[in-house]
Amino acid sequence: MDKVISAQDLTLSYNNNETIINQSNFSINSGEFVFITGASGSGKSTLLKSLYGALEPKQGELIVGGVKMNNINNKKLNFLRRHIGIVFQDYKLIKEWTVEKNVMLPLIISGYAKDVSEVQVQKLLTHVKLNHQLGKYPLELSGGEQQRVAMARALAHNPIIILADEPTGNLDDYSAQVIWNLLEGACTQLKTTIVVVTHHIPETMKIDYKHLHIEYGSIYEVS
Amino acid sequence: MKSLKNHFSLIAALFTILFTLQVYQILERSISSYEESLRSNYAMVVIATSALEESSLRSRFDIIRSVEEISPEKVIKRLEKEMDKTSLGLLRASLPKFYRLSLEHYPQPEEVDILSSQLENMKQIKRVENFSQTHDQIYKLLILYKGVTQIFAFAIFIVTLLLIIKEMRIWQFQHEERMNIMALFGAPIMLRSAVLFRLAIIDAIIAATMILVIFSLIIKSGWTEPYFNDIGIHVTLFNYAKDSFLHFGLALSLSMILALMLVINHKEEV
Repeated sequence: MDKVISAQDLTLSYNNNETIINQSNFSINSGEFVFITGASGSGKSTLLKSLYGALEPKQGELIVGGVKMNNINNKKLNFLRRHIGIVFQDYKLIKEWTVEKNVMLPLIISGYAKDVSEVQVQKLLTHVKLNHQLGKYPLELSGGEQQRVAMARALAHNPIIILADEPTGNLDDYSAQVIWNLLEGACTQLKTTIVVVTHHIPETMKIDYKHLHIEYGSIYEVS
Repeated sequence: MKSLKNHFSLIAALFTILFTLQVYQILERSISSYEESLRSNYAMVVIATSALEESSLRSRFDIIRSVEEISPEKVIKRLEKEMDKTSLGLLRASLPKFYRLSLEHYPQPEEVDILSSQLENMKQIKRVENFSQTHDQIYKLLILYKGVTQIFAFAIFIVTLLLIIKEMRIWQFQHEERMNIMALFGAPIMLRSAVLFRLAIIDAIIAATMILVIFSLIIKSGWTEPYFNDIGIHVTLFNYAKDSFLHFGLALSLSMILALMLVINHKEEV
């Protein structure tokens, strides 16, 4: 299997020089479902930030989707991000845009034609069971519905990787299960690599997954 | 409604700046027009023993615009009943020459003093009357009027500048989240800022158009004309070509600078 993410002696730190991740190695194969766990403040979200280029490696090497993340320029970073889907705990939907336009965002950025985008958005909103809400604004939806919109947006441009930071952290059990099902579906049906940062791995997982755990700045695989 | 609110705040700030600019321009034009009317009414009187040549005076003193001889006939006519022809002839022959000197601009008191003393130093000139007391009073009033206008315009400029800075902060807050989200999905900087620039251009056009419409209505209504006519000045309230160009240019530049500063200052925080 092709490696879609690989880290060699990866060290991550913020401006205050406090090391969050220290000389860690790991790799993620294409089409894998990966959980990253760890205690609060262990560096899970920091690691995820480095995967979408919001934080540059301090030392070591990090390659995501074939792109080296060290000293990455804006052009390359934008190119990489157009092949990544991201889901956050707080949804990060654009409040003044409708559901339809929010889901269309990655397609607009990638330069898809309007008619093609509309068909794709309709398909995705049907998939997340929100096709009747496309004219609504995010704040008119429940938390679970907003996260389904965020999922549809993350899937819109057929990304090679979906990165999710505590995607069910704000949701009730039912809504959380819907999100897990959608992520599993993306992995099995679309062969998308899924990387999820979470406190708890759901017991209802039906597919094989890789489990990376962060403790005291080190990343290790839990077998 | 929310979108209208977003538009209104920048339009109001731009409108205030443009309105202040136009009012300041009208005041400047009024002062210039008043200065021009003062200049055309002001003249020095020179009494000379022999005839003065206009060309030689003008070549010697740049400030002199024209030299006009004042005929003494009016005064002599009044004396016709009281004096005989011989005496009048003698009087006519012994009278000095009177000249009215018009100037290029309304002079400062120092310029009046220098010109007076230089003229008095000329052999054929006996006396120079510069009406200095009246001149000084009017000149000081004009300077005061100019100063008050400038202070007033400066104060409004400061207030509107504060409005713009406040508006910038609101914009920063309103647009940062959307720009960050778009950046997450790989939108290049121009696409991320497209909404900002579109908003800036639309608001600038609306603000400048509002000024154009308001001043057109003021001109059409004609209610300002009597006030200006009363003080004897004629002012162009709104020069459609020049002022519109200035307003559209200024509004577009200001709003684009505002948008550009937001884009430059934008820091991705995810």
